[in-house]
Amino acid sequence: MSSWLDYTINGLIVGNVYALVAVGLALIFGVSRLINFAQGSIYLVGAYIGWVAVVQLHTPLPLTIIVVAVAAALVGLVIERFGLRPLQNSVRIAPLLATIGISFVLDQLVMLTFSPNPRALPSQLPDVRFQIGGGTIGPLDLLIAGVGITSALLLFVFLRYSKLGWAVRATAQDRDAAMQMGVDVNRVNQAVFGIAAALGGVSGMLVGMYYNQIDTAMSLQATLKGVVAEVVGGAGNVPGAVIGSLLLGLVESYGVAVFGTSYRNLFAFLLLVVVLVLRPNGLFASARQAPPEPLTGTFIAPSRPVRIPRWALLVAAAAFAILPLFPVSFYVLQTLINAWLLGMLALSLTLVAGTIGQVSLGHAALLAIGAYTSALLSLGFAVPVGLSIIGGGLMSAALGTALISPSFRLRGHYVSIATLAIGEIVSLVILNWESVTRGPIGISGIPPLSLFGYDLISPNSIYWFSLVVMIVLALLQARLLGSHLGRSFRAIRDDDIAARAYGLSLNRYKSLAFIFGGFAAGVSGGIAAHLYSYINHETFNTQQSILALTVVILGGLGNVVGAIVGSVALVGLPELFRIAAEYRILIYGIVLLLLVRFRPQGLLGTM
Amino acid sequence: MAEHTTMLSLRGLTRRFGGLTAVDAIDLDLARGGLVSIIGPNGAGKTTLFNLVTGLDRPDAGVVRFEGQDITGLSPERLAAEGIARTFQLGRVFGNLSVMDNVLIGAHTRLRAVKPAVPVIGPLLELGLALLRPASVKAEEERLREEVKAIFARFGERLLPRIDQPAYSLSYANRRRVEIARALALKPRLLLLDEPTAGMNPTETAEMQALVAELKAEGLTILLIEHKLEMVMRLSDRVIVMDEGKKIAEGPGEQVRKDPKVIEAYLGHGLSGTAEQESAA
Ligand SMILES: Nc1ncnc2c1ncn2[C@@H]1O[C@H](COP(=O)(O)OP(=O)(O)OP(=O)(O)O)[C@@H](O)[C@H]1O
Ligand SMILES: [Mg+2]
Repeated sequence: MSSWLDYTINGLIVGNVYALVAVGLALIFGVSRLINFAQGSIYLVGAYIGWVAVVQLHTPLPLTIIVVAVAAALVGLVIERFGLRPLQNSVRIAPLLATIGISFVLDQLVMLTFSPNPRALPSQLPDVRFQIGGGTIGPLDLLIAGVGITSALLLFVFLRYSKLGWAVRATAQDRDAAMQMGVDVNRVNQAVFGIAAALGGVSGMLVGMYYNQIDTAMSLQATLKGVVAEVVGGAGNVPGAVIGSLLLGLVESYGVAVFGTSYRNLFAFLLLVVVLVLRPNGLFASARQAPPEPLTGTFIAPSRPVRIPRWALLVAAAAFAILPLFPVSFYVLQTLINAWLLGMLALSLTLVAGTIGQVSLGHAALLAIGAYTSALLSLGFAVPVGLSIIGGGLMSAALGTALISPSFRLRGHYVSIATLAIGEIVSLVILNWESVTRGPIGISGIPPLSLFGYDLISPNSIYWFSLVVMIVLALLQARLLGSHLGRSFRAIRDDDIAARAYGLSLNRYKSLAFIFGGFAAGVSGGIAAHLYSYINHETFNTQQSILALTVVILGGLGNVVGAIVGSVALVGLPELFRIAAEYRILIYGIVLLLLVRFRPQGLLGTM
Repeated sequence: MAEHTTMLSLRGLTRRFGGLTAVDAIDLDLARGGLVSIIGPNGAGKTTLFNLVTGLDRPDAGVVRFEGQDITGLSPERLAAEGIARTFQLGRVFGNLSVMDNVLIGAHTRLRAVKPAVPVIGPLLELGLALLRPASVKAEEERLREEVKAIFARFGERLLPRIDQPAYSLSYANRRRVEIARALALKPRLLLLDEPTAGMNPTETAEMQALVAELKAEGLTILLIEHKLEMVMRLSDRVIVMDEGKKIAEGPGEQVRKDPKVIEAYLGHGLSGTAEQESAA
């Protein structure tokens, strides 16, 4: 009995922390209809600033809180001014991509500055616990509750009684009307980003103290949890975000009580998917949404794709095909094999995100499904490796489509959230479903690639195999784009309302896009499993999803040749310049930001 | 009016947005081959009414009947397949698609060879056929392209030279034309036009008026929203006037035009106080 009270207290305290993140997300969504994927990075920055203050500067607790809040707010202001304000008049997808890029840049900067190793963040509070009822509560719990309640009160007073707060509320209600009434939207955005960042930073510091540990993996988790809480409460709804956070904290805490710690996140993401599917406007929104009215063709940057003559493509393919006949180093071949595998993933993502406009952030999950399926088929059922890879592709197509299908009626940024959550769910299921996936141990001893009974072990044969598979997938995709499905997919991307009015079923065509794309990604994962011979639940992670997204934007959304060019560029150039691994993700993040700002149509143009 | 000649009939159609009743108990009958216009000041609820008829929005009360069948609340995909096509007031072309592809989307509901009506595995067959492209699929695509070119020809030289250009590069007037071409490609039984001449100069408006007259002469059933009264008077069998969601007048154009309630509605917005008193008298 007593432990239930403890779990309740724990749930409420954790919920309080989520609330600090989620309220910021809700404020930002309210005024700019943007899900700020960098919110978790600010939380991370806050935790590390707290560490510097406590451990190196020995500041007293109240000063620590103020230092963290002010420094985090400054980061928020910089993000708003230099990351997002220049994108005000650009396409709908741009700010979303920018916050993703900013998040990766910030996380990597923290990691490069402080090393990825976890650090202890002492709480500066006495280590005592008070008995209340059947449970106990410590001073840190009280501090977190106090900070949460104080912030809520301050925010309420600000929004309710200050002039700027009134402007924030007016903008959230109707941006255009607010602008006509003379509200300075830039100042509103600034205020909102500053407040959101201060809250997020303090929250990161408190969590660091709560667990007495901080590390760079906190960022993505915080973004995810904040987004879950915010969406549960209704995007843009500030009080809803608080309630959603407390609810999330409780659901997690009770889930952990019943099923164990490794299920904590699974519950969070299942809650998200259930809410997205059943009540996409949150638990507290009125049941029916007004029909949306987006403007035409503003989702992706309009451009004329660069037409590459057929002979040039043939020459390029032939040149890459005969490359191993020349005395090139193993290292070059290895790099290009990686590019071809990434190319298959990028083909998949450019179809899903570019052609039909569903910006997936969990695409690596499709790799994982393909890899596990192919590995288990070949190990457990002695299926020949070539066939098992096709099996992996089919499983990825079927399962990936089934998992995402409840989210087909979501629009815009919500699709990205849902795919991110589904990606996490897949990875958590792999981790927890030990009887099938061997859980955290992973699968080792996966047989090497083989075709018709011949093992493909030499670098040359692996190179040719992956090149041919990628080219076949690319040709199929090009053929698909030239059919009525190509124009149907693109029509849905450009204006799903008009598409429906002309008889295009969103479920049907989004399914077909995910089936086709899922197959390509699953095949890529399958091949990778047999190349690596060992995989676990972390082999295919969010970083690969973001890398693939950067490749796709670099090449041009929906552009088949662009996906391949982008893969070669992003895999090859860092190798060429011998850039150390820890700087690569930073560079990908910066590339993404620069592209969104200066060449949103990518190198070869959107299709 | 006999049942079999009525193509569209609305009874008590109502849609509320919070406290605002955007469409308030509207009744309307449209005979096969007829052309009824809906006029009314800005915000009268005309576009909302179109959304209710085409399934993009669902009514809070009331019934929509099409060819005698209750179609209230059916999805827009279903209604497109039934032969209802519309254009959008704001011009919703597919910006990154070529003009040709935009209009081919209009013919989507008429695809047969590539979209066999097989349950469950139908979508997979469609994927397979799109990739394999057997002769029947190629022939169908070719036939639709020819039909679409014939539709372009109705717009003179306005669209023909631009069929390979992306729609975002078109002028505003040409986007409206693409919308109408796309609607015609559906071979609709009922066509709903939402302000087809908005933003057009007098020459362009006259062209559009001639086209709509031609479509009417060909027997197409049309529901038209239009602010340009000149065009409404010439084309309509009947005119319905809406204001603040309600139908305030209905009848032949000339009669409606002289109706004091209509004059008040048009004048009333902007100088409400005085106009209200005048008409009350
Ligand atoms: N999705 C919505 N949510 C809330 N209110 C809406 C919505 N759509 C329309 N309205 C309101 O309903 C009323 C009718 O709008 P509607 O667009 O149907 O008018 P209209 O007659 O087409 O006007 P116009 O001539 O300007 O096109 C307006 O007051 C409008 O603000
Ligand atoms: Mg209108």
